[in-house]
Amino acid sequence: MALSGMRGLSVFISDVRNCQNKEQERLRIDKELGNIRTRFKNEKGLTPYEKKKYVWKMLYIYMLGYDVDFGHMEAISLISAPKYPEKQVGYIVTSCLLNENHDFLRVVINAVRNDIIGRNETFQCLALTMVGNIGGKEFAESLAPDVQRLLISSSCRPLVRKKAALCLLRLYRKNPDVVNIDGWSDCMSQLLDERDLGVLTSVMSLFVALVSNNNEAYRNCLPKCVKILERLARNQDIPQEYTYYGIPSPWLQVKTTKALQYFPTVEDPNTRRALFEVLQRILMGTDVVKNVNKNNASHAVLFEALALVMHLDAEKEMMSQCVALLGKFIAVREPNIRYLGLENMTRMLLITDVQDIIKRHQTQILTSLKDPDISIRRRALDLLYGMCDVTNAKDIVEELLQYLSTADFAMREELALKAAILAEKFAPDLSWYVDVILQLIDKAGDFVSDDIWYRVVQFVTNNEDLQPYAAAKAREYLDKPALHETMVKVSAYILGEYSHLLARRPGCRPKEIFAIINEKLPTVSKPTVAILLSTYAKIMMHTQPPYPELQEQIWAIFRKYESYIDVEIQQRAVEYFVLSRKGAALVDVLAEMPKFPERQSALLKKAEDAEVDTADQSAIKLRSQQQTSNALVVTDQQHVNGSILGNQLGLVKMPSQKMEASTHNQGLTKENGAVSKVDPEPTPSADLLGDLLGPLAMEGPPAAPVSGEKNMISALEATPDAAGALALATVGDQSNSVQPIVNIAERFHALCLQDSGVLYEDPYIQIGIKAEWRAHHGHLVLFLGNKNTSPLLSVRALILPPSHLKMELSLVPETIPPRAQVQCLLEVVNLRASRDVAVLDFLYKFGTAVVSVKLQLPAVLNKFLRPISVSAEEFFPQWNSLSGPPLKLQEVVRGVKPMSLLEMANLFASLHLGVIPGLDTNPNNLVSCTGFYSEGTRAMLCLGAFACNIAKKGWITVTIGILPYPFHEAEKTVVWLLLIHSFLLVW
Amino acid sequence: MGIRFILLVNKQGQTRLAQYYEYLTLEERRALEGEIVRKCLARTDQQCSFVEHRNYKIVYRRYASLFFLVGVDNDENELAILEFIHLLVETMDRHFGNVCELDIMFHLEKAHFMLEEMVMNGCIVETSKTNILAPIQLMDKAS
Repeated sequence: MALSGMRGLSVFISDVRNCQNKEQERLRIDKELGNIRTRFKNEKGLTPYEKKKYVWKMLYIYMLGYDVDFGHMEAISLISAPKYPEKQVGYIVTSCLLNENHDFLRVVINAVRNDIIGRNETFQCLALTMVGNIGGKEFAESLAPDVQRLLISSSCRPLVRKKAALCLLRLYRKNPDVVNIDGWSDCMSQLLDERDLGVLTSVMSLFVALVSNNNEAYRNCLPKCVKILERLARNQDIPQEYTYYGIPSPWLQVKTTKALQYFPTVEDPNTRRALFEVLQRILMGTDVVKNVNKNNASHAVLFEALALVMHLDAEKEMMSQCVALLGKFIAVREPNIRYLGLENMTRMLLITDVQDIIKRHQTQILTSLKDPDISIRRRALDLLYGMCDVTNAKDIVEELLQYLSTADFAMREELALKAAILAEKFAPDLSWYVDVILQLIDKAGDFVSDDIWYRVVQFVTNNEDLQPYAAAKAREYLDKPALHETMVKVSAYILGEYSHLLARRPGCRPKEIFAIINEKLPTVSKPTVAILLSTYAKIMMHTQPPYPELQEQIWAIFRKYESYIDVEIQQRAVEYFVLSRKGAALVDVLAEMPKFPERQSALLKKAEDAEVDTADQSAIKLRSQQQTSNALVVTDQQHVNGSILGNQLGLVKMPSQKMEASTHNQGLTKENGAVSKVDPEPTPSADLLGDLLGPLAMEGPPAAPVSGEKNMISALEATPDAAGALALATVGDQSNSVQPIVNIAERFHALCLQDSGVLYEDPYIQIGIKAEWRAHHGHLVLFLGNKNTSPLLSVRALILPPSHLKMELSLVPETIPPRAQVQCLLEVVNLRASRDVAVLDFLYKFGTAVVSVKLQLPAVLNKFLRPISVSAEEFFPQWNSLSGPPLKLQEVVRGVKPMSLLEMANLFASLHLGVIPGLDTNPNNLVSCTGFYSEGTRAMLCLGAFACNIAKKGWITVTIGILPYPFHEAEKTVVWLLLIHSFLLVW
Repeated sequence: MGIRFILLVNKQGQTRLAQYYEYLTLEERRALEGEIVRKCLARTDQQCSFVEHRNYKIVYRRYASLFFLVGVDNDENELAILEFIHLLVETMDRHFGNVCELDIMFHLEKAHFMLEEMVMNGCIVETSKTNILAPIQLMDKAS
């Protein structure tokens, strides 16, 4: 093994390699970093060779995962070096270490441009590559014309032009305006005539990007692509160097075939004939050979050809060839081919009417669900989900349930969700549906979101025939020894409502039902306790006249919870207790729940309509399908559980049942008032849950305005009433016909405390947010999810940053494909403290509706706080040294909602206030220490003391001190105000 | 964008070469590399070469002690990437002569030069071994 040209580098690498453990490695690396730092400091003595060597060492250290926070300037400065070896290192290391937003890059724009327009083609290549890898907006603006010129220049050699093509692709992505569509379609068409396969490979990538954005404009290029494909497929004029195991550049074949999938159809008959000939040749002529590489390469081309045939969906005969091939693939031993077979079969389902043929392979696919390889199992699950219908739902769902008990944790959530959706969508009868969901909860309770059990309750409530069956089932499950809490919830709810229907069966007398439910009470969490209390009240209601013994037992429990710390439970206990003394009136107040209003979902209608015209745009559709299936995995779990399921359920037809006006329950004025308020708008699923929770509320948004009589369970009080102050700015254009289905102000408020969740949702789109905060930096990902089966158009997102924040939003695609989720990055830098809030101005079109909303973004002050842990010895001297205003300010906040000190401490923790437990000897005083970060200043230390007097008087004395002293007076006050403000906001 | 990153990791999980085509902070890289190594290195030869991770796929291939892991978008052609890995290995073979982990370790810069000629901005830029190696050979001659 020849040693590297740089001895010092080799020695260093070998030293690191010989380290016995991580600790030694770290020491060696720290030593080297120290050495490099010193050498860089007295740069005068440094030869270009040494500089180059050190910069490589930096890259090596960085690759090992160690932070290299200096020396960037030295790396960049090498770009301007006159000689190739130094210049090359400068370019490569810069593009590895820095990102496009790095300020240092500005310094070299000129040097880079000089290299690009210069005469030295090796320099041109280096510069184009770096800009292609990390060029940002500024590069796009200043370099695009030069790069274009190189690409189309006839005097440029291929080695420069291929790099220019991909460089332009980068610049185009940074700023689509750099490519003027009118002029470029002709240029592209010429470029596709290129003979050099290296240039053509790069140009094809550029072409795919352009055409995916606007296929209409590049229609003239379609025949050229077919020509390229013909040339490759027939192996005409292909240099040996571009033949891979006898196959003419498989990568270019794949890319070209992909490009063709962006055109909706091929109209010209000659082109069409030529294309189908090529495709036919690929489909028929790909044999399994011994050589793995050749096999893979030819199958890479084959799978891409399959995708194109599916996309064009024209020739019946060819389609059946495809299905036959895929059927063969999913049964082979070679795992890669099996995986791809399953994946492509799933895609195929979406496009054409091949369900019946695919069903023939059901047994094989079910076998793959038990494959030892999780990648294959996932594909099988997706396919089973896609191919399920009324005829095979029972088999598939039961298979999924069986698999659930052994499935890996990574898959259970998705599995549970899919089983629930299928069970509901294709249930042959409702008792089967109830069975499935209860089994699901039993086997994988942790992975069953609340929505699933809400839904089953809803079905049972709406179907009288089902009620005795569901109650009996629920009773059966209660006999099991270890019960998941969700099962306790659903059983308790159902038995509360319907256990009287079982009264004659053994073990189902009210007091037995009560006893078995009550066994669970000591072990369950607060929300479940609340449900159990309601169940007890219901049991009492059903046993009128009361059994004195049972009544005494239940009263004892109500009394026990009368002074319980959780308000919701306390209130229920108090109110049920009082109500239960009203005797017969109790029957009226607590009568059975009326039916849930059945809603004809507008989404469902659209889904049906969209199924009719599925021929076009399938490349996009395919991708979107994949994205949705991944979405289950990517985003915040809690929220995915809820929303995606919700959406799916919203789309689902309820098994035939007629909605009866709930007239027989007129005694229940209040509940009817809430429930029978049928929303004329397409009602999203979240509301369904809201309704379910309304009368039982303890979590989730208030469903409907509850008015009139005393509300026995006050849903409204249970949720923080924070909307008021914030609502003005958030409710966008009043003329919108599309209304949000979440309380925007509440969502904003919640996101001020959490780092991920839903920011906005209406019937068409859901905007989720996931944020990471590091000192004064914020890294937010916006998830824009299209809930429909048609695309959202003219999507526009503008950030209106307040003056104290620097914000940059990545490119938001103009169209969000059906059922797809796109992610946009939003970078935030905090410049100083301010109470202003950034706003996202979001607009999209759906059908004829234009929806425009202004959403406050949770990039608020407390996100730039980082708790600091200090000891009493450190805290109090600092604290005492702050001697009154303006360094230390005090204010009393009154009208604070009652909460325990623990809750208060948790609240502070979510505000990043860093409560230090036990620092103050008085248990009612909370002490906090946190740092506030903004760009260009060092962290500001904020100390706070909170004398809490909530229990008695509902007020808190807030005292806040801020270090360091010389901090700008005005700004300090703002920070202080803001902190106070954010507390008020929460309480 | 196609290829998101190319990672060479030995069977102890040590990174031997890393090239990212989307910017990730150091912490993100460390986390990502850890997760991927955990997921892929435990797999057997009988399992397929594709692993779904977060919202993209990893196409990987093992050569003796070295794993080549390529992160790609979901719509990328998996087999084409799998063979692209082999092309990279063959290119290294042609230059180093039966390449091994140590060659890549001690000639980090050469490995980078090769990758630089093969992939740019997450797209394949060249697949002819002669063209890929031409600049490196020129340099070797000059020095």
